Amino acid sequence: MKGASYQPKTDEWAIEATALVKVFGKHRAVDGVDLAVRKGTVYGFLGPNGAGKTTVIRVLATLLKPDGGSASIFGHDLGTEGDEIRSRISLTGQYASLDEDLTGMENLVMMAKLMGYRRSEAKVRAGELLHAFGLEEAAKRQVKNYSGGMRRRIDIAASLVVTPDLLFLDEPPAGLDPRSRNQVWDIIRALVSGGTTVMLTTQYLEEADQLADRIAVINKGKIIAEGTSSELKASVSTGTLNIQLADAADRPQAMRIMEDKLAVAVHSSSDAASLTAQINDSFRVADALAELARQKIAVSDFSFGRPSLDEVFLTLTGHAATEDEPQPEEGAS
Amino acid sequence: MTEFVEQREKGENELRLAESIASSKRPKPPSGISSTLTFATRALLRIKHVPEQMFDVTVFPVIFLLMFTYLFGGAIAGSTEEYLQFLLPGILVMTVSQITMYTGIDLNNDIRKGIFDRFRTLPIWLPSALVGSLLVDIVRYSMAAAIMISLGFALGFRPEGGWLGVLGAVALILVFAFSLSWIWTILGLIMRSEKSLMMVSFMVLFPLTFVSNVFVDPRTLPNWLQSFVEINPISILATAVRGAMHGTATVQQVMLVLVVSVVMTAIFAPITIYLYRNKK
Repeated sequence: MKGASYQPKTDEWAIEATALVKVFGKHRAVDGVDLAVRKGTVYGFLGPNGAGKTTVIRVLATLLKPDGGSASIFGHDLGTEGDEIRSRISLTGQYASLDEDLTGMENLVMMAKLMGYRRSEAKVRAGELLHAFGLEEAAKRQVKNYSGGMRRRIDIAASLVVTPDLLFLDEPPAGLDPRSRNQVWDIIRALVSGGTTVMLTTQYLEEADQLADRIAVINKGKIIAEGTSSELKASVSTGTLNIQLADAADRPQAMRIMEDKLAVAVHSSSDAASLTAQINDSFRVADALAELARQKIAVSDFSFGRPSLDEVFLTLTGHAATEDEPQPEEGAS
Repeated sequence: MTEFVEQREKGENELRLAESIASSKRPKPPSGISSTLTFATRALLRIKHVPEQMFDVTVFPVIFLLMFTYLFGGAIAGSTEEYLQFLLPGILVMTVSQITMYTGIDLNNDIRKGIFDRFRTLPIWLPSALVGSLLVDIVRYSMAAAIMISLGFALGFRPEGGWLGVLGAVALILVFAFSLSWIWTILGLIMRSEKSLMMVSFMVLFPLTFVSNVFVDPRTLPNWLQSFVEINPISILATAVRGAMHGTATVQQVMLVLVVSVVMTAIFAPITIYLYRNKK
C-alpha cells in the first residue's frame, strides 16, 4: 500500500538503459546514453534545447524505437514488453497533450475511461483530481481557455488518473510564472512521497537543483556528467570567488595580482568594479586577498562559494545552459 | 497573518494532492470495444463544443447540390429536373467522398498537438482511437446523405427504387466512405502540416471525384479518359448507387463496390496501423 510511510527500495531500478542510440537521418539525436534511475527518486535530465533530452524520454516511454542499445523499465524490456511498461508509466509532454476543445472534466473522464475505469467511477476520479489540483471552478470550461499554469496542471492531472509508477515530465515549468512553477514542484514532491519515480527534463538548473536526487547533464546526445547536484558542483572546481572593488579604476591592477596569486584565469564581469574566478585551490584565496590589501586596493565585498549549476553547465559544455540553439517556441533565458 | 493563511492553504493543498495520489486504484485496462466507445464519445463531445465542424456535412452538401443542379442541368440534360435524377446519386457519392478527408486532418491535428503521444502511452488497443472517430464520422456522413436526399426531394428527385433502394444506396456509400478514410489516416500520419495535408488530399480527391461518371455520361469522353473513369472506384460506387436508387442495380454492381471497399480497407488499414504504432 502506498502512503506517506513508503520507503523506496533502493536496490531496485526504475530505469536501466545501456548505450541507447537514436538516429534521425544523419543526426545522432541520442548517441550512446547509459542511465540508471533508482525507484522512488527524482532524476533530472539537464541540457540545452536540441541536446536529446526529449528523444531519450520518448524512447523510454515506448514512443520511439531505439536504433541501438537496450533499456528496461522496472525490469521489463523496452523492446518486447511495451504493454507492461505502458501500464506503469505516464508521460506529460512539453505541450498540453489534451483535447483543447473538450472541458477539463471531459478530458479527465476520457482519460479515466481509457485507463479502465467504468463511467461512474471515471467521473468520481476526475472530480477528485480537479479538486486536488485546484481546478474545480474550471471543470466545465474548455481547456483552450485555460491559462498556462492551469493547462500544465490539468495536463499533469491527466497523467495521474492512475498514479503511475514512473512519470516522465518533459520540461514541466516551460513558460510558467513562478507561482505555477511552485505548484508543479509541489505536485512532483507529493508524487515522490507517494512512491512514484519521476524523470524530468529541464533547462532550468535551479529546478534540477531543487528537485532532483540525481542529475544527468546531456549535450549533443551524450551524457557528459552524472551525479548528485553536489557531486556535479564539486567535480567542476572548488568554487567561485567574487570580488567587488571599492574603486573600479583599480580593476586592471587587481586582476593582475589575483591571476598571479590564484594561478587561474580571472574574469571581469559587466560590473566595472567586480572580478570573478573559478578556484580549485581554496588556500590561495586568502593569499590573494592579503596581497590586494598590501597593494592598498580596497575590497568592498567578496564572496567565495560553491559553483551554481549554471556554472557547472558552462564549464562542462563550454556554453551557457539556455543560450544554445534558440528555438522559436522556447523563450527561456 | 496572511502568511499563516497561505501556509495553511498550502498544507491543505498538499494533503489533497497526496490523498488523490494515494487513493488512485489500478483498474484492468479497458476492452477494445470500451476504448473505441470512449473515443467515439470524444468525437461526439467535439461536435457539441465545436458545432462549426458540422458545416461540411450540412451546408457543404446543400451548396453542392444546388450549384451543380442549376449550373449543369440545362446544358447537360436539357432540364434541371431531369438532370437531378441522374446527378443526385453521383453528387451524394462525391460529397461524402470529399468530406472523408477531414478524418485525416483531425488525426494530423492530434499528432501535432501531442494528445496522440498520450494515447500511444496508454495500455489500450491502439486502433480504437481511429475506429472510434470513424464510427462517429459514419454518423456525420449519414447526416450529409439525409440532408442531400431531403433537399433533392424538394427539388423534384423521384427515386424509382423506392425507400429501400435509397437506404441501400446510402449503406453502400457508408461502407465505401469507411474504407476510403484509411487513405486519409495514412496521409494524416505522414504529412507534417495541415496545409500540406490539405494540398495532397485535394490532389487525390479532385481527379478522383471529377474524372468519374458523377457529372456526365463517360461515353462522351475520349477513349483514354473513359478507361480511367471505368476503373475509378468513385465511378464504380456512383453506378451502383444510381442503380440502387432507381431500382436498376445488378448484384454484380453492388458486389463490385463491396469488393473495392474490402480491398481498400485490407491495404490501407494495416498501413495506417503500422504507421500509427511506429510514428516518430
